[in-house]
Amino acid sequence: MKIAVTATQPNLTAPFEPRFGRCAYFILIDSQTKDWQAVTNPGLNSRGGAGTQAAQHIANLGVEAVVSGRFGPNAFAVLQAAGIRAYEAQGGTAETLLESFLAEKLNEVKAPTSPGLHSGRGR
Amino acid sequence: MIITVASGKGGTGKTTIATSLALVIESRPLTFLDCDVETPNAHLFLHPEWQERREIGVLIPQVDAERCNGCGICAQVCQYHAIVVIGDKTLVFPELCHGCGSCTLNCPEQAITEELHPLGFLERGYSDETIRDGNFSFARGLLNVGEPMAVPVIRDLKNWQFSPETEIVIRDAPPGVSCPVVESMRGSDFILLVTEPTPFGLHDLKLAHQVVNELRIPAGVVINRDGIGDGDLDRYCQQADLPILLRIPMRREIAEALADGRPLVSVFPEYVPSFRNLYSEIHYLVQEAQR
Repeated sequence: MKIAVTATQPNLTAPFEPRFGRCAYFILIDSQTKDWQAVTNPGLNSRGGAGTQAAQHIANLGVEAVVSGRFGPNAFAVLQAAGIRAYEAQGGTAETLLESFLAEKLNEVKAPTSPGLHSGRGR
Repeated sequence: MIITVASGKGGTGKTTIATSLALVIESRPLTFLDCDVETPNAHLFLHPEWQERREIGVLIPQVDAERCNGCGICAQVCQYHAIVVIGDKTLVFPELCHGCGSCTLNCPEQAITEELHPLGFLERGYSDETIRDGNFSFARGLLNVGEPMAVPVIRDLKNWQFSPETEIVIRDAPPGVSCPVVESMRGSDFILLVTEPTPFGLHDLKLAHQVVNELRIPAGVVINRDGIGDGDLDRYCQQADLPILLRIPMRREIAEALADGRPLVSVFPEYVPSFRNLYSEIHYLVQEAQR
């Protein structure tokens, strides 16, 4: 299973990024092999629609579960349509969050948890 | 001639200045546009009787699921990420859409049609008894509550002129320096920046001044509530070569009259010459700039 964790830096040990749409990187981890890679988030510098753009990106990458702090309404709608499960975390690193995820200690999000930085409304 | 009254900081007196300026100008036809479509308030001073109302919006895509093959080109061309394609599902986010039409144009299957997503409305009419000569018109835009995009409403308002021969347009801009302000300023011959001599007033004036410079439109300053704060604003205007065209002192009686919905020049006729002078100065600066 391919898992994405929102991160501030392209490694396993940096603090995770609580904002989904505006994270700098996604750390993609294979839950079986523990192989990982960091990909940049095209939504980071987006003028608007960061959430939809970020969600489209990880959907294209075949991600099946994503761990972040907050999910805005538009991003969440895309994740749902793509069948990507969203999990909520308070703090940690990609490494510790992967462990928590595998130990089933993270809450699955069933509805948007943030109005979004721009309230999910463009500006 | 189009004069836009802007400020940077909110609450400095844009509408106070814009309405009084409009009331002293004798050229006709004159149109007053309240471009602060999120919180228009100039009608409280100019009392227009509404005669026309028009609903406006942006054209947003409607995807025909039968025709759509999920190629994803619409999502790729959308600069606002308002369309997302997941497998064979195409999701449209109307609140993110700017109505540019790129998706419709680029869809190889012609699966996209457009429908109007209402954003707000425009209203226009003529102003009260003192100026009901048929040539002083007033129009405003009103953005629906909850809608985030003011720019299309302002753009439509600007294009909704009463008569093509309009001599003078006064635009009352929203506060700040974001897109709605830029849209209100764009196409103006002159920008009047209303501020107050406080650190906040100066800070935001500097931002507004940058926008004005970017747009290459001549500008001048009105200092409202003169006498409060400090001398930094004056120093900045001098250094930046920004002419100070009018000063209105801080006076409780002025605030009381405005709170009562009465224009400054109507309550205090001693300001009529100052505002006429302001208009002459603007006229002169515009001609200078065009040389």
